[in-house]
Amino acid sequence: MTTAPAIELTGISKAFGPVQANKDISIRVMPGTIHGIIGENGAGKSTLMSILYGFYKADKGDIFIAGEKTAIPDSQAAIAAGIGMVFQHFKLVENFTVLENVILGAEDGALLAPSLRKARKELTALAAEYELNVDPDALIQDIGVGMQQRVEILKALYRQADILILDEPTGVLTPAEADQLFRILQRLKEEGKTIILITHKLREIMEATDTVSVMRRGEMTATVKTSETSPQELAELMVGRKVLLRVDKTPAQPGEKVLEVENLKVVDSKGVERIKGISFEVRAGEILGIAGVAGNGQSELLEVLGGIRRGTGTIRVNGQEIDLTGKLSDARSRRKGGIAHVPEDRQREGLIMDFKAWENIAFGYDDDDAYQTGLLMNNTAIREDAEGKIERFDVRPANCDLEAKSFSGGNQQKIVLAREIERDPDLLLVGQPTRGVDIGAIEFIHQQIVALRDKGKAILLVSVELEEILSLSDRVAVIFDGQLMGERLPADTDEKELGLMMAGMTGEET
Amino acid sequence: MEQLPKWADLVVVPLVGLILAFILSMLMVLATGHDPMEALSLMVSGALGSTYGWGYTLYYATNFIFTGLAVAVAFHASLFNIGGEGQAALGGLGVALVSLFIPWPHWSIALLAASVSAGLFGALWAFIPAYLQAKRGSHIVITTIMFNFIAASLLNYVLVNQLRPKGAMDPATAKFPVPTHLPSLGEILNGVGIPFAKGTPANVTLLVALLACVFVYILIWRTRFGYQLRAFGKSQPAAVYAGINPVKITVITMMISGALAGLMAINNVMGEAERLILGSVEGAGFIGIAVALMGRSHPIGILFSALLFGALYQGGAELGLWTSIPRELVIVIQALVILFTGALDNMVRSLVAKVLIRPKRAEA
Repeated sequence: MTTAPAIELTGISKAFGPVQANKDISIRVMPGTIHGIIGENGAGKSTLMSILYGFYKADKGDIFIAGEKTAIPDSQAAIAAGIGMVFQHFKLVENFTVLENVILGAEDGALLAPSLRKARKELTALAAEYELNVDPDALIQDIGVGMQQRVEILKALYRQADILILDEPTGVLTPAEADQLFRILQRLKEEGKTIILITHKLREIMEATDTVSVMRRGEMTATVKTSETSPQELAELMVGRKVLLRVDKTPAQPGEKVLEVENLKVVDSKGVERIKGISFEVRAGEILGIAGVAGNGQSELLEVLGGIRRGTGTIRVNGQEIDLTGKLSDARSRRKGGIAHVPEDRQREGLIMDFKAWENIAFGYDDDDAYQTGLLMNNTAIREDAEGKIERFDVRPANCDLEAKSFSGGNQQKIVLAREIERDPDLLLVGQPTRGVDIGAIEFIHQQIVALRDKGKAILLVSVELEEILSLSDRVAVIFDGQLMGERLPADTDEKELGLMMAGMTGEET
Repeated sequence: MEQLPKWADLVVVPLVGLILAFILSMLMVLATGHDPMEALSLMVSGALGSTYGWGYTLYYATNFIFTGLAVAVAFHASLFNIGGEGQAALGGLGVALVSLFIPWPHWSIALLAASVSAGLFGALWAFIPAYLQAKRGSHIVITTIMFNFIAASLLNYVLVNQLRPKGAMDPATAKFPVPTHLPSLGEILNGVGIPFAKGTPANVTLLVALLACVFVYILIWRTRFGYQLRAFGKSQPAAVYAGINPVKITVITMMISGALAGLMAINNVMGEAERLILGSVEGAGFIGIAVALMGRSHPIGILFSALLFGALYQGGAELGLWTSIPRELVIVIQALVILFTGALDNMVRSLVAKVLIRPKRAEA
């Protein structure tokens, strides 16, 4: 082939203080392909792309765009070179319309009207060309995340980008939205655009890319054709050792009913009914997985059970009815009643990011008698306890004095799990246990959850990752619009059937 | 942005801010046609050059320790208590009532009772904004500011119509009875053989202020309540997840904060004026915000920054007394220090970060 690569990086190195974020990285991305870059959190993917987009300057190495050596000192230069970036966290003005967001920073003159007219025409053309339908007059705050992402893509195309970089684009999307995104990317590819897809999800790489480069600890460990590799091989390249992608577990041996939920209803602060009378039970020694597209009431379910939100109905734990509205409906009373809770958002709820790891081990359990000496807290005892827990849960670095925010996502999650699981609860609530967690840690976290089940504890698992639900759960219930659509055994169902139920079709219709 | 090392954040940043403020101040002195070096040396010697100067510096510092701690405690819970002024004023009322109407056998018992009363009045004055914030979501910054005005009006009414002795012309209470007079720092130090100027307002309350520093340290970093307070301050959703009651934390924290501000009154009302006058707080409630900011909401930092502001007050007074530098300029200098060490803290920090972190990168 004689065509020059759309992008070629040679010998890129970048260090932050003592940390070598990128080490001598070379990569060729051919035009008209979808090139995946996969690696664990902190492998250096984002740094590399930031160099390409002009946020950082490489210490060493060169960038070639379409065969030409190009300096990219800032993002304007990147845009001029035809590179567009879609960030993980969108950079949109919430109370502007789609159209206004698209021209923001690319206005033609002091008056807005001509720019808006031009943009409207072009947007219509782009929409037709790439099947990127968005209402140009809708406010950003009124459209869903999937749509917002399209606006980001349109912004890049409007600036005549030939190369699109997408950083973890599916992190905020539902499975259906992710599928739509991949269709759009495919379409863009057919029209000759070059796409770089950064992700840590193996499935997306296998589904969407032509070529994939693997990064580990700042180095590019391999570049392979997607059709010639397997998820297993990629996982090993990412982590550097063999990984179990499936969860290894024996059949469940359910015992007594631990959690009984009858006709639970939850109304949110805006008066919208988020849970519309659901009933289910979880027995000792089993994992009940709640599958569903985010926003269908599963978060509220965890919050009611965890004492963060009020509800109506009847909930019994170990046969005892628990308070849903009164003085004993707070999280502390729940913990005393044997419920432990690993929240969906560990950074917002599960941890105090500015607290040290040992302080976080006491979080929610600061009234434990073992942590007190008279009127004061026994920091020595907490620290000792924390050191043991952090060691047993393989938190790395095993340093209690680091603040929670300086741990990686996986290790933060291990701190939360260590705190909650080691309390030996009768019922464990787990929300999104492996969101934003790297593969190596996923394996460990899954093992811990199964181990707790095998000790005869009840576990309620909420996850938007269908794969995780299917491999961890002993029973799967599907939630849609605040109602349970039905229950399946993982062995008797598949992603397709669950997907239909998640879209609101009851078991009988499928 | 990269993080500064802790020592730089705690020492270098405030110091650089201070130096910048002084450079600018000296330029202003120069612009008014005076000799900046002479002014500076007069300020320093006036505040710290004699035990007489120290007597005033420490008196002001005592006020600022209390109000600084008050702001800091609330700050750890992410609550911005701007009502120190009003809470201290109400504390003064608490001191006055206890001192005027109960015959005390000895100053030490009077001090104890007055402290309790001052703290209680301050706490109650902070309770209302706290309750409104916790239960109704009324923003505490707005309500505490408003309560400063209400406190001023309330004191005006009480002093003019209730506590003013018959026939007196100024809105103030009668002189407190002699048994409530607190020993001055001069008396105490001379008693143990250390020479110290008499007739300065610094008094035994300084020791109470030091005790308050210890109390706040233990409260914030050693008690379960302090743990919950800090957790709540860092992340409210996380606090709710952990089962920490936001209403309880908000109300109790603000009451402790108000009590600390109220305690200031035993220094200025009981220790110095020995009667309650109108406007006795003299802005110390607001200075407390700058003191807490500069002291990084830590008792030791607050101790030092309170001393600095105390010295600035005293040095400024000397400047106004002995030179023709207009009094307003002294206020400008004080304002510059507050501006640079408090409000422009982040600007100074990024300057320091540039100098400290850049060379390191080049090495790597």
